[in-house]
Amino acid sequence: MDGTILKTVNLRKEFGGVVAVMDVSFEVERGEILAIIGPNGAGKTTLFNLISGVHPLTGGEIYFKGQRLNGLKPHVISSLGIARTFQNVQLFGNMTVLENVMVGRHHRSSYGLLAAALRLPRARAEEQEIIAKAREYLSMVGLAERAELNALSLPFGQQRMLEIARAMATEPEVLMLDEPGAGLNRPEKEELARLVEQIRQGGVTVLLVEHDMEFVMGLADRIIVLDYGEKIAEGTPAEVQNNPRVIAAYLGEEDVGFLRP
Amino acid sequence: MEQKEKGRDWNQRLNALGVMFLAILVGVIGWVELAQPFGIRFRDFTGGMVTFDTLIRIGILTIVLVGLNLLMGYAGQISLGQAAFYGIGAYTSAIMTTLASRHGVLPGVSRSWWWPWLAILVGMGVTGGFAYLIGRPILRLRGNYLAMATLGLGIIMYILFREGEDFTGGNDGIAGIPRLAIGSFKIWPIERYYFLVWAIALVVIIIALNIVNSRVGRALRSIHGSEVAANTMGVDTAKYKSQVLVLSAVLASLAGSLYAHFQALIAPTPFSFAASVELLVMSVVGGIASIWGAPFGVALIYVVREVLRARLHAILHGAGGEHEMIVYGIVVVVIMIFMPEGLTAGLAKALRRAKRA
Repeated sequence: MDGTILKTVNLRKEFGGVVAVMDVSFEVERGEILAIIGPNGAGKTTLFNLISGVHPLTGGEIYFKGQRLNGLKPHVISSLGIARTFQNVQLFGNMTVLENVMVGRHHRSSYGLLAAALRLPRARAEEQEIIAKAREYLSMVGLAERAELNALSLPFGQQRMLEIARAMATEPEVLMLDEPGAGLNRPEKEELARLVEQIRQGGVTVLLVEHDMEFVMGLADRIIVLDYGEKIAEGTPAEVQNNPRVIAAYLGEEDVGFLRP
Repeated sequence: MEQKEKGRDWNQRLNALGVMFLAILVGVIGWVELAQPFGIRFRDFTGGMVTFDTLIRIGILTIVLVGLNLLMGYAGQISLGQAAFYGIGAYTSAIMTTLASRHGVLPGVSRSWWWPWLAILVGMGVTGGFAYLIGRPILRLRGNYLAMATLGLGIIMYILFREGEDFTGGNDGIAGIPRLAIGSFKIWPIERYYFLVWAIALVVIIIALNIVNSRVGRALRSIHGSEVAANTMGVDTAKYKSQVLVLSAVLASLAGSLYAHFQALIAPTPFSFAASVELLVMSVVGGIASIWGAPFGVALIYVVREVLRARLHAILHGAGGEHEMIVYGIVVVVIMIFMPEGLTAGLAKALRRAKRA
């Protein structure tokens, strides 16, 4: 862990009168797996949308490697090195599995409309590289054999894996996974945990929103807990588990079993 | 590895085969018409229902539809005003090639053989610039605001064409548009023009196929698939939406110019809102998310219409124009029921089934 890679300062988002994210500040260390947990509607996904530039900020600041991200378009933020997946899977249903990952290589290649229209040598060379790289990332998530299928014809668990491959194809420094385990069965979740660990080993910092507490506790180095848009706790899994505010926030929730007061 | 490459190869080989087949078809039909072997002409094969005139119209509208399919089928942006872009091209060509020489503007230049070709390029530039100005503010937004904007544009342009007085000739339009020529080689009679139009259509199809199977094509399709995901994967969606709108407008303009030089006379009707809707119908019937849908869609609609015009009254006694419209509508509905993704997707499915069997 060598220093802060991502930092938010008093991050705030209001939708109409509703405050979805309330002055949240935190720092992400390079190379760690940081989980963001919290009850439904706590503002976890909104936080991801703010960092990736999908929603404009109401207030506060975001820094990535010291650079201010406020007001940058999502595609610019992506090209700087922040990739993400979506809670409700957002694959390109009009493309094959391989093509989905190839889109992830978009800003790692550069030929434009004219080169494409005339199939200039540059376009062909870059295309070869795009395909080769995309296959690499497909193999990483174990979908190499499925390359030519339509993306949405995959079973749900593999769709989540494909989203991760697509995000990884952008060669990010920070990967944000929005509930990657939702809808997966136990073996699939174990595979996912191995993959996330492998991605971290590859030098990528992982931010993770998750509902499955057992999954998070085993995987994350640190945890941030949100409740009603506010950061109510931050620390190692053990620290968070014993935090009285966290227990209070989760009381009445179904899966408090993970908390051992 | 072999297994994996199969799908890609199969598609690309099919595209190459399609281009070759179309080129040969165009060549053979043209040759028959020119050489008239055994005194047979093209129209003898179609019972006089489909003529060279129709074939040229199909070629011209194929150029428009390729652009429209890139815009709608691939990037998922609906245009209800494509006929307006088509019209701007046609009128630019018509005005530049008739007014300039009539009023003695730029004497010498405006009578040279390359002046109409320059007019075509000017038309493409003007139309592209127009599309850019319209698309720039709108395409930053997600969702289908382009449909509304192009609808408005279509209606406004149609009114301008009709009420343009001396400039556009009003309802009477502009007559006396010269034929195209290269040096002293005139691209006329009709057989020569047929080769020109279809050569351009083929080039446009090849270019479009190249784009679709490229980084840019994937960016376009990703917008259709999920704009949020496209954005966060690094695709500048606003830029690509704007680019494809401009490209589709430029192609429509090129086709419009070809139409003007084909007809030698243009009036506002083919550039109305109704014409935009008919382009939409052709696009959907042919297969909107397919470049091949363009020639298929136009050809099918034209052939159905010509056959109905020539034969319906013989089947249905006393059937008139309104009955043709009804049967035409039924045919379109039936195609959409049995091939909801259009003719090309339907044919591709049948082909795959045949391959497996």
